Amino acid sequence: MSAGFHELEEAPPLMTSRLEGDLLEVSMGPQHPSTHGVFRMNVALEGEIVRKLKPVFGYLHRNHEKIGENTSYLGSMPYTDRLDYFCSMTNNWAYALSVEKLAGIEVPERAEYLRVILAELTRLQNHASLLGFLLSDMGAWGTPLMYAFREREKILDLFESLSGSRMMCDYMRFGGCRCDLPPGWMERARKLVDGFPRFLDEFEKLIVSNEILIARTQNVGSLSSELAINAGITGPMLRACGVNYDLRKVDGYGFYPRFKFRVPLGDHGDCYDRLMMRALEMRESIGILKQAMEQLPAGPIINPKVKLRAFKPPVGEVYGRIEGPKGELGFYLISDGSANPYRYRVRPPSFVNLTILEDLCLGHTVADVMVILGSIDIVMGEVDR
Amino acid sequence: MIGLGVLNGMAVTLRNFIGSYFIKERLITVQYPEERETLPENYRNFPFLIFDTDDVEKGLRCVACKICEKECPPQCIYIVKSEDKKPDYMGKSQFYPRVFDIDISVCMSCQICVEVCPFEAIKMDKVFELSRRERFDALLMRKEELAKPNTYYHNIHPLEAAEVDGKLAEAAEAKKKKT
Repeated sequence: MSAGFHELEEAPPLMTSRLEGDLLEVSMGPQHPSTHGVFRMNVALEGEIVRKLKPVFGYLHRNHEKIGENTSYLGSMPYTDRLDYFCSMTNNWAYALSVEKLAGIEVPERAEYLRVILAELTRLQNHASLLGFLLSDMGAWGTPLMYAFREREKILDLFESLSGSRMMCDYMRFGGCRCDLPPGWMERARKLVDGFPRFLDEFEKLIVSNEILIARTQNVGSLSSELAINAGITGPMLRACGVNYDLRKVDGYGFYPRFKFRVPLGDHGDCYDRLMMRALEMRESIGILKQAMEQLPAGPIINPKVKLRAFKPPVGEVYGRIEGPKGELGFYLISDGSANPYRYRVRPPSFVNLTILEDLCLGHTVADVMVILGSIDIVMGEVDR
Repeated sequence: MIGLGVLNGMAVTLRNFIGSYFIKERLITVQYPEERETLPENYRNFPFLIFDTDDVEKGLRCVACKICEKECPPQCIYIVKSEDKKPDYMGKSQFYPRVFDIDISVCMSCQICVEVCPFEAIKMDKVFELSRRERFDALLMRKEELAKPNTYYHNIHPLEAAEVDGKLAEAAEAKKKKT
Protein backbone atom coordinates (compact mmCIF):
# COMPACT_ATOMS: atom_id res chain seq x y z
CA MET A 1 0.00 0.00 0.00
CA SER A 2 2.69 2.46 1.07
CA ALA A 3 4.82 1.67 -2.02
CA GLY A 4 1.88 2.43 -4.23
CA PHE A 5 1.36 5.77 -2.52
CA HIS A 6 4.99 6.74 -3.20
CA GLU A 7 4.61 5.91 -6.83
CA LEU A 8 1.67 8.22 -7.09
CA GLU A 9 3.51 11.08 -5.48
CA GLU A 10 6.47 10.87 -7.82
CA ALA A 11 4.43 10.51 -10.98
CA PRO A 12 4.25 13.59 -13.22
CA PRO A 13 1.35 15.90 -12.41
CA LEU A 14 -1.25 14.58 -14.79
CA MET A 15 -3.93 17.14 -14.08
CA THR A 16 -1.96 20.24 -15.06
CA SER A 17 -0.55 18.71 -18.22
CA ARG A 18 -4.05 17.77 -19.32
CA LEU A 19 -5.26 21.34 -18.78
CA GLU A 20 -2.41 22.90 -20.76
CA GLY A 21 -2.90 20.60 -23.69
CA ASP A 22 -1.65 21.52 -27.13
CA LEU A 23 -2.22 24.84 -28.80
CA LEU A 24 -4.85 24.60 -31.49
CA GLU A 25 -4.08 26.58 -34.58
CA VAL A 26 -7.05 28.11 -36.35
CA SER A 27 -6.97 30.02 -39.59
CA MET A 28 -9.45 32.89 -39.40
CA GLY A 29 -10.20 34.32 -42.80
CA PRO A 30 -9.51 35.22 -45.57
CA GLN A 31 -13.19 34.47 -46.15
CA HIS A 32 -14.64 35.61 -42.86
CA PRO A 33 -17.57 37.96 -42.39
CA SER A 34 -15.83 40.05 -39.73
CA THR A 35 -12.37 40.52 -41.18
CA HIS A 36 -13.37 43.57 -43.25
CA GLY A 37 -12.23 42.13 -46.52
CA VAL A 38 -9.78 39.40 -47.33
CA PHE A 39 -7.61 39.38 -44.23
CA ARG A 40 -6.30 36.20 -42.62
CA MET A 41 -5.09 35.56 -39.09
CA ASN A 42 -3.41 32.38 -37.97
CA VAL A 43 -4.48 32.14 -34.35
CA ALA A 44 -3.03 29.68 -31.83
CA LEU A 45 -5.64 28.96 -29.21
CA GLU A 46 -5.54 27.45 -25.78
CA GLY A 47 -9.14 26.61 -25.16
CA GLU A 48 -10.69 29.91 -26.16
CA ILE A 49 -7.74 32.10 -25.17
CA VAL A 50 -5.50 33.51 -27.88
CA ARG A 51 -1.85 32.64 -27.27
CA LYS A 52 -0.35 33.57 -30.62
CA LEU A 53 -1.62 35.52 -33.58
CA LYS A 54 0.00 35.88 -36.95
CA PRO A 55 -1.62 38.14 -39.52
CA VAL A 56 -1.29 37.19 -43.20
CA PHE A 57 -1.50 40.06 -45.68
CA GLY A 58 -1.46 40.30 -49.41
CA TYR A 59 -4.72 38.83 -50.65
CA LEU A 60 -5.77 42.16 -52.12
CA HIS A 61 -2.37 43.26 -53.40
CA ARG A 62 -2.81 45.31 -56.56
CA ASN A 63 0.69 46.67 -57.15
CA HIS A 64 -0.44 50.18 -56.37
CA GLU A 65 3.00 51.69 -55.83
CA LYS A 66 4.56 50.17 -58.94
CA ILE A 67 1.62 51.32 -61.04
CA GLY A 68 2.14 54.79 -59.59
CA GLU A 69 5.73 54.77 -60.79
CA ASN A 70 4.69 53.80 -64.31
CA THR A 71 1.89 56.26 -64.86
CA SER A 72 1.82 60.03 -64.96
CA TYR A 73 1.25 62.11 -61.84
CA LEU A 74 -2.32 62.78 -62.87
CA GLY A 75 -2.88 59.13 -63.75
CA SER A 76 -2.28 58.07 -60.15
CA MET A 77 -5.12 60.24 -58.88
CA PRO A 78 -7.96 57.82 -59.71
CA TYR A 79 -5.89 54.96 -58.30
CA THR A 80 -5.67 56.67 -54.92
CA ASP A 81 -9.47 56.43 -54.70
CA ARG A 82 -9.04 52.68 -54.52
CA LEU A 83 -6.64 52.73 -51.57
CA ASP A 84 -9.13 53.26 -48.80
CA TYR A 85 -12.34 53.03 -50.75
CA PHE A 86 -14.36 54.48 -47.89
CA CYS A 87 -12.58 57.83 -47.94
CA SER A 88 -11.55 58.61 -51.49
CA MET A 89 -11.75 62.36 -50.88
CA THR A 90 -9.07 62.35 -48.17
CA ASN A 91 -6.89 60.04 -50.26
CA ASN A 92 -7.15 62.47 -53.15
CA TRP A 93 -6.27 65.33 -50.87
CA ALA A 94 -3.21 63.60 -49.42
CA TYR A 95 -1.87 62.86 -52.90
CA ALA A 96 -2.69 66.30 -54.27
CA LEU A 97 -1.07 67.89 -51.22
CA SER A 98 2.15 65.94 -51.77
CA VAL A 99 2.39 66.85 -55.44
CA GLU A 100 1.56 70.48 -54.69
CA LYS A 101 4.33 70.52 -52.11
CA LEU A 102 6.70 68.96 -54.63
CA ALA A 103 5.93 71.40 -57.42
CA GLY A 104 5.25 74.43 -55.23
CA ILE A 105 1.70 74.95 -56.46
CA GLU A 106 -0.64 77.37 -54.73
CA VAL A 107 -4.26 76.44 -54.18
CA PRO A 108 -7.08 78.99 -54.42
CA GLU A 109 -8.94 79.78 -51.24
CA ARG A 110 -12.28 78.38 -52.33
CA ALA A 111 -10.69 75.07 -53.25
CA GLU A 112 -9.02 74.82 -49.84
CA TYR A 113 -12.33 75.42 -48.09
CA LEU A 114 -14.04 72.84 -50.28
CA ARG A 115 -11.32 70.34 -49.46
CA VAL A 116 -11.88 70.85 -45.76
CA ILE A 117 -15.63 70.43 -46.19
CA LEU A 118 -15.26 67.25 -48.22
CA ALA A 119 -12.64 65.79 -45.88
CA GLU A 120 -14.86 66.34 -42.86
CA LEU A 121 -17.85 64.83 -44.66
CA THR A 122 -15.63 61.85 -45.42
CA ARG A 123 -14.70 61.62 -41.76
CA LEU A 124 -18.37 61.64 -40.81
CA GLN A 125 -19.31 58.81 -43.14
CA ASN A 126 -16.22 56.75 -42.34
CA HIS A 127 -16.74 56.95 -38.59
CA ALA A 128 -20.48 56.35 -38.88
CA SER A 129 -20.01 53.22 -40.94
CA LEU A 130 -17.20 52.06 -38.66
CA LEU A 131 -19.51 52.20 -35.65
CA GLY A 132 -22.05 50.20 -37.61
CA PHE A 133 -19.51 47.59 -38.69
CA LEU A 134 -18.10 47.27 -35.19
CA LEU A 135 -21.53 46.59 -33.73
CA SER A 136 -22.21 44.19 -36.54
CA ASP A 137 -19.04 42.29 -35.59
CA MET A 138 -20.23 42.14 -32.00
CA GLY A 139 -23.45 40.45 -32.95
CA ALA A 140 -25.87 43.35 -33.35
CA TRP A 141 -26.50 42.16 -36.86
CA GLY A 142 -27.84 44.66 -39.27
CA THR A 143 -29.80 47.22 -37.32
CA PRO A 144 -27.07 49.68 -36.20
CA LEU A 145 -25.21 49.11 -39.46
CA MET A 146 -28.29 50.03 -41.47
CA TYR A 147 -28.86 53.17 -39.42
CA ALA A 148 -25.26 54.18 -40.01
CA PHE A 149 -25.48 53.39 -43.71
CA ARG A 150 -28.65 55.44 -44.00
CA GLU A 151 -26.65 58.51 -42.94
CA ARG A 152 -23.66 57.50 -45.01
CA GLU A 153 -25.86 57.20 -48.06
CA LYS A 154 -26.92 60.83 -47.74
CA ILE A 155 -23.27 61.91 -47.73
CA LEU A 156 -22.49 59.66 -50.68
CA ASP A 157 -25.38 61.24 -52.57
CA LEU A 158 -23.71 64.59 -52.01
CA PHE A 159 -20.43 63.20 -53.31
CA GLU A 160 -22.20 61.75 -56.32
CA SER A 161 -23.90 64.97 -57.30
CA LEU A 162 -20.61 66.82 -56.93
CA SER A 163 -18.04 64.48 -58.45
CA GLY A 164 -20.13 62.00 -60.42
CA SER A 165 -19.33 58.92 -58.42
CA ARG A 166 -20.32 57.76 -54.97
CA MET A 167 -17.09 56.20 -53.82
CA MET A 168 -14.47 56.64 -56.54
CA CYS A 169 -14.75 60.42 -56.53
CA ASP A 170 -11.47 61.36 -58.24
CA TYR A 171 -12.38 64.95 -57.45
CA MET A 172 -9.19 66.79 -56.45
CA ARG A 173 -6.63 67.98 -58.95
CA PHE A 174 -3.19 69.50 -58.46
CA GLY A 175 -3.84 73.11 -57.57
CA GLY A 176 -7.50 72.82 -56.70
CA CYS A 177 -10.58 70.78 -57.42
CA ARG A 178 -12.02 69.51 -60.67
CA CYS A 179 -15.36 71.27 -60.88
CA ASP A 180 -17.38 73.77 -58.89
CA LEU A 181 -20.38 72.95 -56.74
CA PRO A 182 -23.55 72.16 -58.67
CA PRO A 183 -26.54 74.42 -57.93
CA GLY A 184 -28.31 73.55 -54.71
CA TRP A 185 -25.44 71.46 -53.34
CA MET A 186 -24.65 73.76 -50.46
CA GLU A 187 -28.25 73.85 -49.24
CA ARG A 188 -28.40 70.06 -49.24
CA ALA A 189 -25.08 69.83 -47.41
CA ARG A 190 -26.25 72.35 -44.81
CA LYS A 191 -29.42 70.40 -44.24
CA LEU A 192 -27.42 67.22 -43.79
CA VAL A 193 -24.98 68.78 -41.35
CA ASP A 194 -27.83 70.29 -39.33
CA GLY A 195 -29.59 66.94 -39.16
CA PHE A 196 -26.52 64.89 -38.30
CA PRO A 197 -26.42 65.54 -34.53
CA ARG A 198 -29.90 64.05 -34.33
CA PHE A 199 -28.56 60.81 -35.78
CA LEU A 200 -25.65 60.89 -33.36
CA ASP A 201 -27.94 61.37 -30.37
CA GLU A 202 -30.07 58.49 -31.49
CA PHE A 203 -27.11 56.29 -32.20
CA GLU A 204 -25.53 57.01 -28.85
CA LYS A 205 -28.78 56.18 -27.11
CA LEU A 206 -28.77 52.91 -28.99
CA ILE A 207 -25.29 51.83 -27.96
CA VAL A 208 -23.58 53.85 -25.24
CA SER A 209 -25.40 52.50 -22.20
CA ASN A 210 -26.00 49.06 -23.64
CA GLU A 211 -24.75 46.56 -21.04
CA ILE A 212 -23.77 43.96 -23.62
CA LEU A 213 -21.68 46.47 -25.53
CA ILE A 214 -19.96 47.65 -22.36
CA ALA A 215 -19.16 44.08 -21.35
CA ARG A 216 -17.76 43.32 -24.77
CA THR A 217 -15.61 46.42 -25.17
CA GLN A 218 -14.46 47.80 -21.82
CA ASN A 219 -10.99 46.53 -20.81
CA VAL A 220 -10.75 44.61 -24.06
CA GLY A 221 -7.69 45.19 -26.20
CA SER A 222 -6.14 47.88 -24.01
CA LEU A 223 -3.31 49.75 -25.67
CA SER A 224 -0.75 51.64 -23.61
CA SER A 225 0.34 55.03 -24.85
CA GLU A 226 4.04 53.97 -24.85
CA LEU A 227 3.38 51.05 -27.17
CA ALA A 228 1.15 53.16 -29.37
CA ILE A 229 3.82 55.82 -29.82
CA ASN A 230 6.61 53.28 -30.36
CA ALA A 231 4.60 51.39 -32.96
CA GLY A 232 3.75 54.56 -34.85
CA ILE A 233 0.01 54.31 -34.33
CA THR A 234 -1.88 57.40 -35.47
CA GLY A 235 -5.40 58.68 -35.70
CA PRO A 236 -8.31 57.98 -33.36
CA MET A 237 -6.55 54.87 -32.10
CA LEU A 238 -3.63 56.91 -30.74
CA ARG A 239 -5.88 59.56 -29.30
CA ALA A 240 -7.92 56.89 -27.52
CA CYS A 241 -4.79 56.18 -25.43
CA GLY A 242 -4.67 59.80 -24.36
CA VAL A 243 -1.92 61.06 -26.66
CA ASN A 244 -2.79 64.47 -28.01
CA TYR A 245 -1.59 64.18 -31.59
CA ASP A 246 -3.78 65.35 -34.43
CA LEU A 247 -2.15 66.40 -37.69
CA ARG A 248 -4.89 68.96 -38.22
CA LYS A 249 -3.48 70.74 -35.17
CA VAL A 250 0.18 69.68 -35.42
CA ASP A 251 0.77 70.31 -39.13
CA GLY A 252 -2.03 72.79 -39.67
CA TYR A 253 -2.29 71.83 -43.33
CA GLY A 254 -5.05 73.25 -45.50
CA PHE A 255 -7.02 75.89 -43.67
CA TYR A 256 -7.46 73.93 -40.44
CA PRO A 257 -5.78 76.58 -38.24
CA ARG A 258 -8.66 78.89 -39.17
CA PHE A 259 -11.27 76.67 -37.54
CA LYS A 260 -12.05 76.21 -33.89
CA PHE A 261 -12.28 72.60 -32.82
CA ARG A 262 -11.18 70.39 -29.98
CA VAL A 263 -9.32 67.11 -30.16
CA PRO A 264 -11.15 64.49 -28.08
CA LEU A 265 -8.87 62.26 -26.04
CA GLY A 266 -9.45 58.86 -24.48
CA ASP A 267 -8.10 57.50 -21.24
CA HIS A 268 -7.80 53.71 -21.22
CA GLY A 269 -7.11 52.94 -24.84
CA ASP A 270 -9.51 50.00 -24.86
CA CYS A 271 -12.13 49.18 -27.48
CA TYR A 272 -14.80 51.25 -25.74
CA ASP A 273 -12.58 54.33 -25.81
CA ARG A 274 -11.79 53.79 -29.46
CA LEU A 275 -15.48 53.47 -30.24
CA MET A 276 -16.42 56.60 -28.30
CA MET A 277 -13.51 58.47 -29.87
CA ARG A 278 -15.21 58.14 -33.24
CA ALA A 279 -18.52 59.39 -31.89
CA LEU A 280 -16.84 62.42 -30.32
CA GLU A 281 -14.79 63.18 -33.43
CA MET A 282 -17.95 63.25 -35.50
CA ARG A 283 -19.34 66.00 -33.26
CA GLU A 284 -16.16 68.04 -33.75
CA SER A 285 -16.33 67.46 -37.50
CA ILE A 286 -19.83 68.90 -37.55
CA GLY A 287 -18.47 72.01 -35.85
CA ILE A 288 -15.73 72.37 -38.48
CA LEU A 289 -18.22 71.82 -41.29
CA LYS A 290 -20.52 74.54 -39.99
CA GLN A 291 -17.66 77.03 -39.76
CA ALA A 292 -16.30 76.15 -43.19
CA MET A 293 -19.69 76.40 -44.86
CA GLU A 294 -20.23 79.81 -43.36
CA GLN A 295 -16.85 81.13 -44.45
CA LEU A 296 -16.76 79.57 -47.93
CA PRO A 297 -15.61 82.37 -50.27
CA ALA A 298 -16.39 82.79 -53.95
CA GLY A 299 -13.61 82.63 -56.50
CA PRO A 300 -11.74 80.27 -58.78
CA ILE A 301 -11.69 76.60 -57.95
CA ILE A 302 -8.40 75.63 -59.56
CA ASN A 303 -5.03 77.25 -60.11
CA PRO A 304 -5.02 78.01 -63.86
CA LYS A 305 -1.21 77.83 -64.10
CA VAL A 306 -1.11 74.10 -63.53
CA LYS A 307 -0.99 72.08 -66.71
CA LEU A 308 -3.23 69.05 -66.84
CA ARG A 309 -1.26 67.21 -69.50
CA ALA A 310 2.54 66.70 -69.49
CA PHE A 311 2.79 67.85 -65.89
CA LYS A 312 6.44 67.63 -64.82
CA PRO A 313 7.38 68.75 -61.30
CA PRO A 314 10.99 69.73 -60.58
CA VAL A 315 13.56 67.24 -59.26
CA GLY A 316 13.18 66.58 -55.57
CA GLU A 317 11.53 64.49 -52.95
CA VAL A 318 8.62 65.20 -50.69
CA TYR A 319 6.51 63.69 -47.97
CA GLY A 320 2.99 65.04 -47.70
CA ARG A 321 0.61 63.89 -45.02
CA ILE A 322 -2.87 64.59 -43.80
CA GLU A 323 -5.03 63.41 -40.95
CA GLY A 324 -7.25 60.88 -42.65
CA PRO A 325 -10.22 59.40 -40.83
CA LYS A 326 -8.09 56.37 -39.96
CA GLY A 327 -4.86 58.15 -39.12
CA GLU A 328 -1.88 59.72 -40.79
CA LEU A 329 -2.08 59.14 -44.52
CA GLY A 330 1.13 60.09 -46.26
CA PHE A 331 2.57 59.99 -49.76
CA TYR A 332 6.31 59.94 -50.32
CA LEU A 333 7.29 60.98 -53.81
CA ILE A 334 10.68 61.25 -55.49
CA SER A 335 10.73 63.14 -58.75
CA ASP A 336 13.51 62.90 -61.33
CA GLY A 337 12.01 65.62 -63.45
CA SER A 338 10.13 63.33 -65.79
CA ALA A 339 6.37 62.87 -66.17
CA ASN A 340 6.32 59.84 -63.88
CA PRO A 341 7.42 59.77 -60.24
CA TYR A 342 10.70 57.94 -59.69
CA ARG A 343 9.44 56.54 -56.41
CA TYR A 344 5.89 56.53 -55.16
CA ARG A 345 5.27 55.29 -51.67
CA VAL A 346 2.13 55.30 -49.57
CA ARG A 347 2.14 55.41 -45.79
CA PRO A 348 -1.23 53.84 -45.04
CA PRO A 349 -2.74 54.35 -41.59
CA SER A 350 -4.64 51.06 -41.63
CA PHE A 351 -1.52 49.00 -42.22
CA VAL A 352 0.56 50.66 -39.52
CA ASN A 353 -2.29 50.50 -37.02
CA LEU A 354 -2.72 46.82 -37.76
CA THR A 355 0.85 45.93 -36.81
CA ILE A 356 0.06 45.79 -33.09
CA LEU A 357 -2.87 43.42 -33.53
CA GLU A 358 -1.08 40.56 -31.75
CA ASP A 359 -0.19 42.69 -28.72
CA LEU A 360 -3.81 43.72 -28.37
CA CYS A 361 -5.28 40.25 -28.78
CA LEU A 362 -3.02 38.11 -26.54
CA GLY A 363 -4.90 36.80 -23.54
CA HIS A 364 -8.33 37.60 -24.91
CA THR A 365 -10.87 35.18 -26.32
CA VAL A 366 -11.50 34.47 -29.99
CA ALA A 367 -14.72 36.45 -29.88
CA ASP A 368 -12.78 39.50 -28.65
CA VAL A 369 -10.36 39.29 -31.58
CA MET A 370 -13.16 40.33 -33.90
CA VAL A 371 -14.05 43.31 -31.72
CA ILE A 372 -10.42 44.41 -31.47
CA LEU A 373 -9.90 44.08 -35.20
CA GLY A 374 -13.07 46.03 -35.84
CA SER A 375 -12.05 48.82 -33.47
CA ILE A 376 -8.71 49.28 -35.26
CA ASP A 377 -10.67 50.34 -38.34
CA ILE A 378 -8.90 48.78 -41.29
CA VAL A 379 -9.74 48.70 -44.97
CA MET A 380 -7.95 45.97 -46.84
CA GLY A 381 -7.60 48.05 -49.98
CA GLU A 382 -5.22 50.25 -48.03
CA VAL A 383 -3.44 47.52 -46.08
CA ASP A 384 -2.45 45.44 -49.09
CA ARG A 385 -2.34 48.16 -51.78
CA MET B 1 -30.58 48.79 -13.34
CA ILE B 2 -29.06 46.15 -15.55
CA GLY B 3 -30.92 45.84 -18.80
CA LEU B 4 -32.04 49.45 -18.97
CA GLY B 5 -29.44 50.24 -21.65
CA VAL B 6 -30.70 47.38 -23.77
CA LEU B 7 -34.30 48.54 -23.35
CA ASN B 8 -33.28 52.07 -24.31
CA GLY B 9 -31.75 50.71 -27.49
CA MET B 10 -34.90 48.73 -28.23
CA ALA B 11 -36.94 51.91 -27.91
CA VAL B 12 -34.79 53.53 -30.57
CA THR B 13 -35.27 50.55 -32.85
CA LEU B 14 -39.02 50.62 -32.30
CA ARG B 15 -39.21 54.33 -33.02
CA ASN B 16 -37.31 53.81 -36.26
CA PHE B 17 -39.56 50.93 -37.26
CA ILE B 18 -42.80 52.82 -36.66
CA GLY B 19 -41.32 56.03 -38.03
CA SER B 20 -40.47 54.32 -41.30
CA TYR B 21 -44.20 54.18 -42.07
CA PHE B 22 -44.75 57.91 -41.62
CA ILE B 23 -41.47 59.80 -42.01
CA LYS B 24 -39.83 59.67 -45.39
CA GLU B 25 -36.38 60.35 -43.98
CA ARG B 26 -36.41 57.13 -42.04
CA LEU B 27 -37.21 54.98 -45.06
CA ILE B 28 -34.86 55.84 -47.84
CA THR B 29 -34.74 52.63 -49.87
CA VAL B 30 -36.04 52.58 -53.43
CA GLN B 31 -37.51 49.44 -54.97
CA TYR B 32 -35.06 49.57 -57.83
CA PRO B 33 -36.32 48.11 -61.11
CA GLU B 34 -39.81 49.55 -60.62
CA GLU B 35 -38.89 52.81 -58.91
CA ARG B 36 -35.89 54.81 -60.04
CA GLU B 37 -34.17 57.85 -58.67
CA THR B 38 -33.11 60.51 -61.12
CA LEU B 39 -29.36 60.55 -61.58
CA PRO B 40 -27.55 63.76 -60.68
CA GLU B 41 -26.35 65.94 -63.53
CA ASN B 42 -22.68 65.21 -62.82
CA TYR B 43 -23.10 61.43 -62.72
CA ARG B 44 -20.51 59.67 -64.84
CA ASN B 45 -20.09 56.13 -65.95
CA PHE B 46 -18.34 55.29 -69.21
CA PRO B 47 -17.11 57.52 -72.02
CA PHE B 48 -18.84 57.99 -75.38
CA LEU B 49 -18.00 59.90 -78.55
CA ILE B 50 -19.99 62.90 -79.73
CA PHE B 51 -20.97 63.59 -83.32
CA ASP B 52 -22.65 66.73 -84.60
CA THR B 53 -25.35 66.83 -87.29
CA ASP B 54 -27.09 63.57 -88.21
CA ASP B 55 -24.24 61.79 -89.94
CA VAL B 56 -22.12 59.56 -87.71
CA GLU B 57 -19.24 59.29 -90.17
CA LYS B 58 -19.09 62.95 -91.07
CA GLY B 59 -19.97 64.59 -87.80
CA LEU B 60 -17.66 62.76 -85.42
CA ARG B 61 -15.70 65.36 -83.50
CA CYS B 62 -12.77 63.03 -82.82
CA VAL B 63 -9.72 63.69 -84.98
CA ALA B 64 -7.70 60.69 -83.70
CA CYS B 65 -5.06 62.80 -81.93
CA LYS B 66 -4.56 59.89 -79.48
CA ILE B 67 -4.16 62.11 -76.41
CA CYS B 68 -6.84 60.22 -74.49
CA GLU B 69 -5.23 56.92 -75.44
CA LYS B 70 -1.95 58.13 -74.00
CA GLU B 71 -3.36 59.65 -70.82
CA CYS B 72 -5.85 56.89 -69.94
CA PRO B 73 -4.51 55.38 -66.67
CA PRO B 74 -5.72 51.79 -67.22
CA GLN B 75 -5.01 51.99 -70.99
CA CYS B 76 -8.46 50.92 -72.11
CA ILE B 77 -8.65 53.06 -75.27
CA TYR B 78 -7.39 51.80 -78.63
CA ILE B 79 -7.25 54.13 -81.62
CA VAL B 80 -6.06 53.61 -85.18
CA LYS B 81 -5.62 56.85 -87.09
CA SER B 82 -6.81 57.07 -90.67
CA GLU B 83 -4.28 57.51 -93.50
CA ASP B 84 -6.46 59.88 -95.46
CA LYS B 85 -8.21 63.06 -94.44
CA LYS B 86 -11.83 63.76 -95.04
CA PRO B 87 -13.97 66.84 -94.52
CA ASP B 88 -15.76 67.09 -91.18
CA TYR B 89 -19.14 68.75 -90.60
CA MET B 90 -17.61 72.20 -90.97
CA GLY B 91 -16.00 71.29 -94.28
CA LYS B 92 -12.49 71.27 -92.85
CA SER B 93 -10.30 68.37 -93.91
CA GLN B 94 -9.32 66.30 -90.86
CA PHE B 95 -8.02 62.90 -89.87
CA TYR B 96 -10.55 60.55 -88.32
CA PRO B 97 -10.29 57.42 -86.18
CA ARG B 98 -10.45 54.32 -88.36
CA VAL B 99 -10.77 52.24 -85.18
CA PHE B 100 -11.86 53.61 -81.82
CA ASP B 101 -12.37 50.95 -79.15
CA ILE B 102 -12.96 51.34 -75.45
CA ASP B 103 -12.83 48.23 -73.31
CA ILE B 104 -15.35 49.14 -70.64
CA SER B 105 -14.47 46.08 -68.60
CA VAL B 106 -11.12 47.82 -68.01
CA CYS B 107 -12.33 51.43 -67.86
CA MET B 108 -12.51 52.83 -64.33
CA SER B 109 -14.66 55.89 -65.08
CA CYS B 110 -12.04 58.39 -63.98
CA GLN B 111 -12.99 61.06 -66.54
CA ILE B 112 -9.38 61.88 -67.40
CA CYS B 113 -10.01 61.28 -71.13
CA VAL B 114 -12.78 63.88 -70.99
CA GLU B 115 -10.57 66.41 -69.27
CA VAL B 116 -7.61 66.08 -71.61
CA CYS B 117 -9.58 66.05 -74.89
CA PRO B 118 -8.92 69.36 -76.69
CA PHE B 119 -11.83 68.88 -79.13
CA GLU B 120 -14.67 68.18 -76.66
CA ALA B 121 -15.14 64.93 -78.55
CA ILE B 122 -15.38 62.45 -75.69
CA LYS B 123 -17.80 62.78 -72.79
CA MET B 124 -19.11 60.65 -69.95
CA ASP B 125 -22.28 58.62 -70.41
CA LYS B 126 -24.93 57.85 -67.80
CA VAL B 127 -25.94 54.35 -68.89
CA PHE B 128 -25.29 51.89 -66.11
CA GLU B 129 -27.35 48.82 -66.98
CA LEU B 130 -24.68 47.11 -69.04
CA SER B 131 -24.81 43.45 -68.07
CA ARG B 132 -23.84 41.23 -70.99
CA ARG B 133 -23.92 37.51 -71.66
CA GLU B 134 -20.39 37.30 -73.05
CA ARG B 135 -17.41 38.30 -71.03
CA PHE B 136 -14.92 39.81 -73.45
CA ASP B 137 -16.22 40.89 -76.85
CA ALA B 138 -19.54 42.20 -75.64
CA LEU B 139 -17.85 44.67 -73.30
CA LEU B 140 -15.47 45.97 -75.96
CA MET B 141 -17.30 49.00 -77.32
CA ARG B 142 -16.63 49.77 -80.99
CA LYS B 143 -16.78 53.16 -82.63
CA GLU B 144 -20.33 52.54 -83.86
CA GLU B 145 -21.63 51.83 -80.36
CA LEU B 146 -19.71 54.70 -78.79
CA ALA B 147 -20.82 57.42 -81.20
CA LYS B 148 -23.83 59.32 -79.92
CA PRO B 149 -25.35 62.59 -81.17
CA ASN B 150 -24.86 65.95 -79.51
CA THR B 151 -28.58 66.07 -78.71
CA TYR B 152 -28.11 63.01 -76.51
CA TYR B 153 -25.33 64.82 -74.66
CA HIS B 154 -27.67 67.76 -74.14
CA ASN B 155 -30.23 65.36 -72.72
CA ILE B 156 -28.00 63.81 -70.08
CA HIS B 157 -25.80 66.77 -69.05
CA PRO B 158 -27.84 69.90 -69.95
CA LEU B 159 -25.76 72.49 -68.07
CA GLU B 160 -22.40 71.11 -69.08
CA ALA B 161 -23.42 70.66 -72.72
CA ALA B 162 -24.64 74.23 -73.01
CA GLU B 163 -21.30 75.43 -71.66
CA VAL B 164 -19.37 73.26 -74.12
CA ASP B 165 -21.48 74.43 -77.06
CA GLY B 166 -20.84 78.03 -76.09
CA LYS B 167 -17.11 77.40 -75.95
CA LEU B 168 -17.09 75.73 -79.38
CA ALA B 169 -19.14 78.53 -80.95
CA GLU B 170 -16.76 81.09 -79.50
CA ALA B 171 -13.75 79.26 -80.92
CA ALA B 172 -15.40 79.03 -84.36
CA GLU B 173 -16.19 82.75 -84.25
CA ALA B 174 -12.60 83.60 -83.34
CA LYS B 175 -11.32 81.49 -86.20
CA LYS B 176 -13.64 83.20 -88.70
CA LYS B 177 -12.40 86.62 -87.62
CA LYS B 178 -8.79 85.57 -88.13
CA THR B 179 -9.35 84.45 -91.74
